[in-house]
Amino acid sequence: MKFIDEYRDAASARALAAEIARITTREWTIMEVCGGQTHAIVRFGIDELLPKKVTLVHGPGCPVCVTPAELIDKAIAIASEPDVIFCSFGDMIRVPGSKENLFSVKARGGDVRVVYSPLDALKIAVSNPLRQVVFFAVGFETTAPANAMAVYQARRANVKNFSLLVSHVLVPPAIEAILSAPHNRVQGFLAAGHVCTVMGYEEYRPLAKKYRVPIVVTGFEPLDILQGVHMCVAQLEEGRAEVENAYTRAVRREGNEKARELIADVFRVVRRKWRGIGEIPESGLALRGEYEAFDAERRFGVAGNTVEEPSECISGLILQGVKKPRECPAFGVRCTPDRPLGATMVSSEGACAAYYRYRRFSTEPQEK
Amino acid sequence: MTDEPKDFALSCPIPITEYPTIVMGHGGGGTLTRSLIEKIFVPTFGNPLLSELHDGAVFQTPGAKLAFTTDSYVVRPIFFPGGDIGSLAVNGTVNDLAMCGARPLYLSAGFILEEGLAMDDLWRIVQSMKKTADKAGVTIATGDTKVVDRGKGDQIFINTSGVGVIESPRPIAPSYVRPGDVVLLNGDVGRHGMAIMARREGLEFETAIESDCAPLAGCVLTMIRAGLEVHCLRDLTRGGLASAVVEIAGSAGVQIDLDDASIPVIEPVRAACEFLGLDPLYVANEGRFIAFVAAKDADRALHILETHSLGAGPERIGVVSEGRAGMVTLRTRIGTQSIIDMLSGEQLPRIC
Repeated sequence: MKFIDEYRDAASARALAAEIARITTREWTIMEVCGGQTHAIVRFGIDELLPKKVTLVHGPGCPVCVTPAELIDKAIAIASEPDVIFCSFGDMIRVPGSKENLFSVKARGGDVRVVYSPLDALKIAVSNPLRQVVFFAVGFETTAPANAMAVYQARRANVKNFSLLVSHVLVPPAIEAILSAPHNRVQGFLAAGHVCTVMGYEEYRPLAKKYRVPIVVTGFEPLDILQGVHMCVAQLEEGRAEVENAYTRAVRREGNEKARELIADVFRVVRRKWRGIGEIPESGLALRGEYEAFDAERRFGVAGNTVEEPSECISGLILQGVKKPRECPAFGVRCTPDRPLGATMVSSEGACAAYYRYRRFSTEPQEK
Repeated sequence: MTDEPKDFALSCPIPITEYPTIVMGHGGGGTLTRSLIEKIFVPTFGNPLLSELHDGAVFQTPGAKLAFTTDSYVVRPIFFPGGDIGSLAVNGTVNDLAMCGARPLYLSAGFILEEGLAMDDLWRIVQSMKKTADKAGVTIATGDTKVVDRGKGDQIFINTSGVGVIESPRPIAPSYVRPGDVVLLNGDVGRHGMAIMARREGLEFETAIESDCAPLAGCVLTMIRAGLEVHCLRDLTRGGLASAVVEIAGSAGVQIDLDDASIPVIEPVRAACEFLGLDPLYVANEGRFIAFVAAKDADRALHILETHSLGAGPERIGVVSEGRAGMVTLRTRIGTQSIIDMLSGEQLPRIC
């Protein structure tokens, strides 16, 4: 397949891995921010190709994983209301809230639907004028433009029965939270290519400078990731801490200006709670101004609900790169994809689920 | 091939003035039920066993050892590119018999119809079942019809049970898989699941994906009659290739090593899977199976698969080793090893 096969070529991957090994003289810990990258790394065994001195740790960039339990509970409360059609991306439906997930609501007769775009949810609202249609607007900067567009169109077309349950989070504040934590061990970052396609990468320069870490904008195929690692290791070895772009076929410095304008028009930056990590200032998006009328939390009066996270789950430490999934005593025992304790075991992008699926029986006796 | 409506030039024989849709009375056991049986089922499936209209079919079996299986079909949409619920209900059960090394003889067909189902749709489905049964060389010998209130079903559910006579001289089951066996696959994977998903979710791709729905008994029996040492067969329905291999590795107590580069996936399926964040190895098929064959017979078996595959591209995809019981490894396209495991439930499309 064009634009896929070229980036999964075994010979090129080996050559790039050998080049990384050649330039590596010291131990380095690099975090891939995005869950899509984590999935590719584990699925293709990319970390096995790397020299032992280079350790990849998995970051917080899985929207399903960082959406707090209380927001899932709000989704469940709204979806349980009669006359509501609750629309969501597929993998949010299995994520446990404090007690249950959206599948349980569907099983009880709630109208919970999987859609592929918020604009499809808007169409459902237009064709069901007597019912309230709510879209679960989850994700990073990647999904924000389409969600913004849905509300923008709803307002223009005066669609009164449509609203968003917003749980948008932003990458740079999460990176900053990881870097400023006292137990941080991450020395370089692979920034998420899709996020930078929208936002560009100028906003990472202050972070690279302040914390003296290299940040490399990286794609999602095996060769993309190896190239990102190569550029990151090269910077670390040379003592540089810059923002570089290894994903030039998709990412421009300024990102997608139209998409950024739309996000700025519809959303404002707010403090957000991250599952397993806690509250991070200015780390998320909420509807602004005239778009607040489309906020499902207000419309359904669930804004004040809060819950405690399950205690045994260490997903917060995993999402910050402090621990690896197999260091969790519950991993594969009390926490499995059938009965997940935390969201990192649910999403196919979640580090725990990826490890469970591809590494449960390691071909090697011990983690290297 | 697609059973487009044009294949059914005969229109539904129940006059539109009677009932254009299924009503509760069609399941009441009275004259309406009788008209369904006499105007739709018997003329279509017409054979001496069914035409008896007795409570059951009575038949002699040519061999002593039988295989018996059942499956229920609830697919939505009921018509999809490459097939429909009728062809699926026949092929699915025929294939389960074939995987036991049996020649399918007779099927039963139980219909659960939802009030309001278009009579014409029922007619098309029944025609499709007849056509598929003829192709698979199986007779629909007995049946049943029930009607449920509107909203209590999803247009039509079909259950088929099947009886077949074992032709394989040696048992075919996971416990007969041996280290050294070669794993053969009869064609590209992922078509049926993606055809259904594309239609169900209203996803439009440049190239329409057609289900691979097809009967497999002919191919399997050719291998058996050629005297090949076939140890295990498994069709790759729900859960796809990956789940089938993991299941067999577990019950056979062996390790199975697959090579990703050898597993064929057609471009539109690969593209759709990439787009939705799905893994084609876990997507359902309705005309694909894997055969565990003694290494000495692998080339001949592959040759037979080729002649029966209609160009689907059968491949040698892996080998069985003693290794670690229950483990399935996959050599990735970049040459590393990864582990294949069963999924918890259905694959769900990813957010981004």
